[in-house]
Amino acid sequence: MEPTTQFDPTRVNVLVLFSFFSAVVLFYIWKARQGGELFIRRIAGLNAIDEAVGRATELGKKVLFVPGIQSLDENQTIAALAVLQHVARTTARFGTELDVPNKDPLTFAAARETVREAYLQEGRPDLYNDRIVHYVTYDQFAYTAAVSGMMVREKPAANFLVGCFYAESLLLAETGQASGAIQIAGTAEVAQLPFFVCACDYTLIGEELYAAGAYLSREPAMLGSIKGQDVTKAVVGLAIVVSTLATTFFGWDAITRAFRIQ
Amino acid sequence: MFLKLRLPLALTFLAGLIPIVAFFFTEKATWIRTPNSWLEQDMVIIAGFALLLGVVNVIQGNVRKIEQRSSGWIYAATLLTGLFVTGFFGIFGAMNFGPFQGIALRPDGTPTPFAWVSLYVFTPLQATMFSLLAFYVASAAFRAFRARNTEATILLIAAVIVMMGRIPIGESIFGVFGRPFGNERWLPDLTEWIMQIPNGAAQRGIIIGAALGAASLSLRVILGIERSYLGLERSE
Repeated sequence: MEPTTQFDPTRVNVLVLFSFFSAVVLFYIWKARQGGELFIRRIAGLNAIDEAVGRATELGKKVLFVPGIQSLDENQTIAALAVLQHVARTTARFGTELDVPNKDPLTFAAARETVREAYLQEGRPDLYNDRIVHYVTYDQFAYTAAVSGMMVREKPAANFLVGCFYAESLLLAETGQASGAIQIAGTAEVAQLPFFVCACDYTLIGEELYAAGAYLSREPAMLGSIKGQDVTKAVVGLAIVVSTLATTFFGWDAITRAFRIQ
Repeated sequence: MFLKLRLPLALTFLAGLIPIVAFFFTEKATWIRTPNSWLEQDMVIIAGFALLLGVVNVIQGNVRKIEQRSSGWIYAATLLTGLFVTGFFGIFGAMNFGPFQGIALRPDGTPTPFAWVSLYVFTPLQATMFSLLAFYVASAAFRAFRARNTEATILLIAAVIVMMGRIPIGESIFGVFGRPFGNERWLPDLTEWIMQIPNGAAQRGIIIGAALGAASLSLRVILGIERSYLGLERSE
C-alpha cells in the first residue's frame, strides 16, 4: 500500500534500531570522554603494522599501501585511510619509502592529503613528495596489472591491502605473497576474506577494519564508539538467539518480523 | 582553521545526515528528497573533476620517469602512448571528426578506431588479467588446504566435499559409496548444507559485525570524531 504521509511508516523499525544504536554509541563516547576505562581486545593485524614497516626499513625496501578500489562514499575506504595515516606516520618516523597507488580519483586526493599531513605531524615534511601517492587508472584490471607489476619489479618488503576489494583481491595478494613481502590485508567484503586469509600474514576481518582508526589512534572518543558498537552487537546477538528459540519452539516470530526491512 | 577544519566538517555533517533523514521519508517529502538527489549528482560531478586530476598526475609521473630514464621507463612510455592514442580516438570519435565517426560499432558492423582499441586491445588485456585468477586460486588453495592441524584438516575435508559436490564428475566418483543416507544426491545435498548452514552462519556473523562497524564509523565521521580522511588525527 502506498504511504499517504511524508514519513515512511514501513521504516519505523529501522528508525528505532538506528536511534538505539546511536544512543548507545553516543553514551559510550561521552563515558570515554569522562575518563571511563574501556577495554578493547588486541587486534594482531594492527599490532603488526610497526613490525612490517620495521622490516621494510631494515631491508631498505619500500612499503606498498593499496587503499582498495572504491571511492570515498565507501566506508571501507575511509577506514583504509585511517590505517594509511598510521602507516604513513610510521614510514615518516623510520624514514622508509612509501608507495600508494590509487584507482579512484577521490580516494587519490584524500590519500594524498592524509599522507602529507602524516609526514607533517611527524616533523618530516622533507621526506614527503607528491610521488608517494599517485594515480594509476580507473579500470579495475588495468589497476591490478599495474600494482602487480610494481610488486614484481620493485619488490616492496611490506604490502598493505586495506579497503574494499573485489576480484582483484587474490591477484594482488598472491603476487605479493610470491614476491616474499610481509602482507597485512583488511576488508569487509565477505567473498574476498578467504583469499586474503590464504595469501596474507595478517587479515583484518570486517569490523576489525572499521575499528582500525580508533584502535590505532587510541583516542577515548573513538574507542567509546567501538564499545557502543560492541554493546549493540551483543543486543542483536541476544535478539537472534531469543528469536530463534521462540520461533523454533513456540512458532512466535514477532522479533523476526520486527527486524524485517520492507 | 575555517577552510581546513570547520567547513569540511560542516559539509561532512550535512552530507552524512541528509541521506539518513531521507531514508525515513517517502518521495512526497521533497524538502529532504531533493537535496538528497543533489548530493548523489554532486558526487558524480566531483568524481569527474577528480578524474581529470588523476589523469594529470599519471601524465606528470610517467613523463618524469621517461625524462629521468628511471627503472621501467619503457612501461611509462607504453602507458602514455596508450593513453594518448585511446584518448585521441575517443575524443575525436565522440566529436564525429573526420574518419573517427563515433566510438561504437558502425552501422555495417565494423568497429570505429576507438571501438577497435576497446575490442581488440583493452578487452583481451582485461580478460587476461581475470583469467590469471584461475591459477592463483589453485596456488592459494594448495597452500590453504594442507592438513597441518585439526582446523586445517576440517577445512580440507569440507573443501573437498564442496568442490566434488559442485561438479558432475564428483557425483560419479562418490557414487561408489552408494546411497549412505538413503539419498542418491547425497553429495550435492551435503555440499549445499555445508554452504548454507555452517558457512552461512559464519558469514552472517561477519556481516552483522561489519554492518555495525560501518554504522559506528559513519557516526564517527558525521560527528567529526573520525578525521583521518582529512589528514587530521585529533578529535578534540
